Amino acid sequence: MSGTKPRTLFDKIWDSHVVETMPDGTCVLYIDRHLVHEVTSPQAFEGLRLAGRKVRRPDATIAVADHNIPTTDRRAGIKEEESRIQVETLERNVAEFGVPYIPILDERQGIVHIIGPELGISLPGMTIVCGDSHTSTHGAMGALAFGIGTSEVEHVLATQSLLQKPAKNMLVQVDGTLGFGATAKDMVLAIIGQIGTAGGNGHVIEYAGEAVRALDMAGRMTVCNMSIEAGARAGLVAPDETTFEYIKGRPYAPKGGAFEQAVAYWRTLPSDAGAHYDKVVTLNAADIAPMVTWGTTPEAVVPITGVVPDPAAVADEGRRSQMQRMLEYMALAPGQRLQDLPIDVVFIGSCTNGRIEDIRAAAAVAKGRKVADGVQALVVPGSGLVKQQAEEEGLDEILLAAGFEWREPCCSMCLGMNPDKLTPGQRCASTSNRNFEGRQGPGGRTHLLSPAMAAAAAVTGRLTDVRDLV
Amino acid sequence: MEPFITLTAIAAPLPLANVDTDKIIPARFLKTIKRSGLGVHLFDAMRYDGEGRERADFVLNRDPYRNAQILIAHENFGCGSSREHAPWALLDFGIRCIVAPDFADIFHNNALKNGILPIRLPRAVCDALIEDAQLGGNARLTVDLARQVVIRPNGEEIAFDIDPFRKHCLLNGLDDIGQTLQRAPAIDAYEAGRRMSQPWLPAITAV
Repeated sequence: MSGTKPRTLFDKIWDSHVVETMPDGTCVLYIDRHLVHEVTSPQAFEGLRLAGRKVRRPDATIAVADHNIPTTDRRAGIKEEESRIQVETLERNVAEFGVPYIPILDERQGIVHIIGPELGISLPGMTIVCGDSHTSTHGAMGALAFGIGTSEVEHVLATQSLLQKPAKNMLVQVDGTLGFGATAKDMVLAIIGQIGTAGGNGHVIEYAGEAVRALDMAGRMTVCNMSIEAGARAGLVAPDETTFEYIKGRPYAPKGGAFEQAVAYWRTLPSDAGAHYDKVVTLNAADIAPMVTWGTTPEAVVPITGVVPDPAAVADEGRRSQMQRMLEYMALAPGQRLQDLPIDVVFIGSCTNGRIEDIRAAAAVAKGRKVADGVQALVVPGSGLVKQQAEEEGLDEILLAAGFEWREPCCSMCLGMNPDKLTPGQRCASTSNRNFEGRQGPGGRTHLLSPAMAAAAAVTGRLTDVRDLV
Repeated sequence: MEPFITLTAIAAPLPLANVDTDKIIPARFLKTIKRSGLGVHLFDAMRYDGEGRERADFVLNRDPYRNAQILIAHENFGCGSSREHAPWALLDFGIRCIVAPDFADIFHNNALKNGILPIRLPRAVCDALIEDAQLGGNARLTVDLARQVVIRPNGEEIAFDIDPFRKHCLLNGLDDIGQTLQRAPAIDAYEAGRRMSQPWLPAITAV
C-alpha cells in the first residue's frame, strides 16, 4: 500500500493495520488497544460467554469503571443498586476473562480517556478503540482512536479486529496564535460552530496549523475529544517533540532503547507533503474568543461577548423550529446576552477537561475569590493521579478555600449516571462535551465552556468573560 | 440477528434534526447489563412527562404509531454517544428501519449490527415520506432490501444505496464475529509480522 503516493497520518495508520481487504473494500482492521468500561461491556462479555469464546488479547486490553462511580465517600461502596451491579459485573467479567483491571480504590483509577494517555497505554501510530464515543481523545497522541458500540466491543474482544471501511480525510487547519483568554476548548467549540455537528460525518479530522502545534498534550486531547461532537469518529494530531516528551517515562510506554526505536517509527507518521484531504477547513486562531454554547447541540455556540441568535433570521424551516425548541428548553430569548446570565451549578471535569492543566486553569481564576452565593461548584479530577498531582500543587486547597467541592475522579456530571446530576431547570456552566437536552440530568440546562470560563462563572454566579477577571 | 428482508409497516414521522442518543435513551437507563427491555425508555423525555405519564402530543404515544416499525427523521440522526442501547431501545420498541438524510457514523454501524436498516435519502424525499407517514395507518411503507427500494403508499418506488457487505449480513441475519473468526489465520500472521516489525510495542501486563 505504501508506494509513492503521499499519504495522510490517517492513511498511514490505517494501511499499517489492515489485516485483509475483502473484495468490496471492507477491511479487517487490527486493533492495538482496547479500553473497556462498565457501561458498554456487560452485554459483550455475555455474548462471548454464550458463544464459548475467549478474549483474544487480554494483554492489549485494559478495563476501568468510570461512569457509575460516586465522587464522594467511595470507600463505602456504590449505594445505587443498578450502578453497583454494573461495576460488579465488570469485575466478575475481567476476572473470568483475564483482562487487566484498575480497581475503583486504586490511585490510578479514573476516566478511561484520561488514564490511557496518562499511563502510556495510548501511543502514536496505534489503533485504539473503546465502547465510548470520546475515544477520539486519544487521537491527540497521533493514534487512530474511535468509539464503537457494544457489538463491536464483543468483536474486538473475540478477534482483536474490526470490520471497517476507511473514513475520508478532513484537515482542520488553525493558523496563528490563540488570543488572550482563549484555550483549546474555545478552539474546538469554534471549530464545531464553523463546521457543524454533522460536518465531520464519515471523516477523520486531522488538526494542524501553528495554533494546534502550540497546544500542550492536554489541549490537543481536549480538541480531539470533541471531534465526535463535529460528527467525526476520530480526531488526530501528528506526533511531534511535545508528544514524545509527554510519553517518555510513563508506566506502560516503551523504555530505553525500545523508546528510541518507537520514536524513530513515530517520526515517520506525520502526513506527507501533498497528501490528499477530502475536505479542508481553515480558521485563524486570533479570531477565537472564549466561547459558550447557548443551545442543546454543541454547534449552537457563540463568543461570550455574543448574543443568542434569532430563529426568525433563519430561512430553513426545520432549522428554525429546532432553534425555537432549543431556546424554549434553555429558557433563553433571541438577542439575549450570554454574559451575565445567572447560573446555578458549575461542573469542572470530564474526559474533555479533567486533566491537571484544566484544574490549574480553574484554580488560577478561583484563587483569592469565593464561589458566588447559591452556586454549587464541583471540581472532579479526571483520574486519581490527576487528583494526587493537584493536591501536591495545593490546588485543592485553593479551590476548597474558594468554596468549590473537591471530588473523587469519574465521569460525574458530564452525563449524570452517578448521583451528580442537575435538577430540572438548573443552569450549569460545564467543561464537559455535550449540551444535549437532559444530558446532565432531566430538564438540566448546559452551557459548555472552558475550565477558566467555568471558574469565572462560579465566582461571579453568572456567565462571565474570563478576560475581565485575569 | 434477525434477518431483514422486506418490511411493510406503519411509519412514524419524527421531523427533527440531530436526534441525539441522549434523546433516544438517556444515560440513566444505561445501567442495565442486558440488551432487552429498553423499549419502554425509548425517547423518554419526549414520550413521558415529569410524572411518567405519556405526553399525548408525542408521535409514538398516538395510534397507529404505537405500532410503527419505521421512523422517518431529519439530518444527523443518532449523533452523540456510542451507546448501543439506542438501537436496542428502538428494536425493543419494534423499529426495524429508520429513514433520514444522514446518520451519525457510530449509530449507523450499531443499527446495522442489530438488524435495523438505516436508509439515507435526500431531505426532500424524507419530507415526502413524512407526509405519507402523517396519513396514518392506511399509508404503510414497504422496504424491500433485496431490491433496495422504499415503496410509497401510492406505489412509487424510491431506490436507496447500501453497502453490499452490510446488505448481505442483514438479508441473512449474519453477525460479524463468526465471519471474522474464520480469518483467524490472517490475524495470526498479522500479529506475528507486527512482533517482528515493532518489537518495542508494549503489552499491558499485570496492572
